[in-house]
Amino acid sequence: MVQPTRALGDTKPKARLAVWKFTSCDGCQLSLLDCEDELLQLADCVEIAYFMEASSNPSPGPYDLSLVEGSITTADEARRIREIRAQSRVLVTIGACATAGGIQALRNFANVEDFIAAVYAHPDYIDTLKTSTPISAHVAVDFELHGCPINKRQLLEVISAYLHRRPPQVPAHSVCIECKMRGNVCIWIAHGTPCMGPVTHAGCGAICPAYSRGCYGCYGPKENPNTASLCHWWQRELGAEKAVVIENLRNFNAAAPDFEAESRRQEGDDGQK
Amino acid sequence: MAKSKTIKVDYLARVEGEGALYIRYDDAGVHDVKLKIFEPPRFFEGFMRGRDFREAPDITARICGICPIAYQMSAVHAMEDALGLTLPPELHALRRLIYCGEWIESHTLHIYMLHAPDFLGYPGAVAMAKDHPQLVQDGLQIKKAGNAIVSLLGGREVHPINVRVGGFYRVPSAGELQPLREQLLHARDMAVETVRWAASLPFPKFERALSDQYEFVALSHPEEYPMNRGSIVSTRGLAIPVRDYDGHFREEHVEYSSALHSTLIERGAYFVGPMARYNLNYERLSPLVRQLADEIGFAPFCANPFQSIVVRSLEVLFAFDEAVRLIENYRQPDIAHVHAEPKPGMGYGATEAPRGLLYHRYQIDDAGKIAEAKIVAPTSQNQKTIEDDLRVMLPKFMYLPEKQLQAQCEQAIRNYDPCISCSTHFLKMHLQRAERTAS
Repeated sequence: MVQPTRALGDTKPKARLAVWKFTSCDGCQLSLLDCEDELLQLADCVEIAYFMEASSNPSPGPYDLSLVEGSITTADEARRIREIRAQSRVLVTIGACATAGGIQALRNFANVEDFIAAVYAHPDYIDTLKTSTPISAHVAVDFELHGCPINKRQLLEVISAYLHRRPPQVPAHSVCIECKMRGNVCIWIAHGTPCMGPVTHAGCGAICPAYSRGCYGCYGPKENPNTASLCHWWQRELGAEKAVVIENLRNFNAAAPDFEAESRRQEGDDGQK
Repeated sequence: MAKSKTIKVDYLARVEGEGALYIRYDDAGVHDVKLKIFEPPRFFEGFMRGRDFREAPDITARICGICPIAYQMSAVHAMEDALGLTLPPELHALRRLIYCGEWIESHTLHIYMLHAPDFLGYPGAVAMAKDHPQLVQDGLQIKKAGNAIVSLLGGREVHPINVRVGGFYRVPSAGELQPLREQLLHARDMAVETVRWAASLPFPKFERALSDQYEFVALSHPEEYPMNRGSIVSTRGLAIPVRDYDGHFREEHVEYSSALHSTLIERGAYFVGPMARYNLNYERLSPLVRQLADEIGFAPFCANPFQSIVVRSLEVLFAFDEAVRLIENYRQPDIAHVHAEPKPGMGYGATEAPRGLLYHRYQIDDAGKIAEAKIVAPTSQNQKTIEDDLRVMLPKFMYLPEKQLQAQCEQAIRNYDPCISCSTHFLKMHLQRAERTAS
């Protein structure tokens, strides 16, 4: 049985939670439903006012906390996010799409001329922008939770923090720190495996190195990453091809400013500054 | 003349992704049915061109957060087909084990959180939990057991990291799987109860006319209930290897949808998913599952999509049974993966995603870069059948008050567990064709 977490006689109105979807795979909002042990307790603490994937009974705003999944890729989405912002006391973006444009931001690097020509061949059928952009490019965002997908423990921490009006405890250091905390052997040093860990934002728990695989940067750049140095060492010490370096900067967080700048630099001028 | 009425649902709830429904009808009949998919296109087939073949499982996983394993499986099988790789049986067994986890997790999400509220009259599982706490708790615990498989073998539930072309990055020891087995045995008992409960739900009577029967399409393999391998078969005699898919299925671009409709070239709409697998592979289910189907009086052939929840519950039970069997027979492979050397060629892969057949085709160039990609998701294959169902169903339920009629239509869509995020990434295919003619 679910234990009620609210004290008897507590009649304060519950905080109102909303979950929104833009261009995305649904995986980050699914993380909320993947909190199998906590979901019903959470529903006891907050009113889940808007969550289309889980309920057909949406309730109008305003909302105390909006969780936003997905990137902006259509004019309608750009309009809709402004409405949501206006109705939300706190707005938190969840996942690589919402915080960095997601994998669909690879269109930002495509030959735009070809792309437009292709799109305009069927103007009535397709409604899409030339770029995929993070939510923060359109409205003010109170907190960004990174990851493709996000970590559900961190999601619960963020919800809990905003309900109690305290800052979330989500470290911005690198995957390397998590790797050490997990007790992993460094796969770069021990096996010569290229790893994005030194420049990648923590949060996943260093899963890839624990599975004998180099980090591929799905949590995006950490705070102040030295990407130039990483790329240098990947090529110089580990013999990685430039194409591989670019592919690893340019996947699920391709349009995150630190990764985008470095991948363009790598592509453009062979390492000159 | 009678004034025509419309049913309009601007944003379908309890489905994965963004879709809408539009139906125009009057006393004379149904004039227009559109399952509109307005989920914005993401152009996966477009931006995969030029990427390394080894990236396909990680990139395509991001098409869907609910069934990433399915994308990884179809992708690796297609790549291995192109490279001519054969995997040892132990690695095949591990792939089947992780797929069991995804079937459990995805089906249980649908059974308890998306579909059950339709039958019991709630807007969602959280509201349902107020009156039926144990039911929802059980559902969550069953789902958790499925996720435990995916997490252990894949590293995490959503977008797992351990699957690669040629096998896995790391394989577990037999000892690591033992605690999982305990959890699965316990959850399997709950899955048995789920089947009994699902069978007791009130099902709308719905059957297609004899002249209008479904054509069910699924993989079929002589040795096993289909997940990762087999040929493509149908209830009307189709039996082809996966590499002949494009010769028999065609995709059409309809104006109101950002997903392409897929049809059988000779015959039109078809039906993929749990009911298709069940109807075409009943005898390869485990004895426990067949015995329980018999006990609840559920026939080996099901043609009422409203009963798909029962079929899903039987498949969940099968997946537990199969996962336990795979763990009991597990021998740690000597190698985690077969080495994959780039080689130019064309590769085809089809596996059974929770929602049905998922087809991938890739062309790889000399350097191992993807030259062309084609992906056909289950929901775009079912889209036309869903619309046909609504067309057939509506006249029979016209006596219902409008609100109930709309709810019934939404339930009919959820019968297919449509994943709209999955089905929306096809436009680039269309655009590619446009590009070629333009240049």
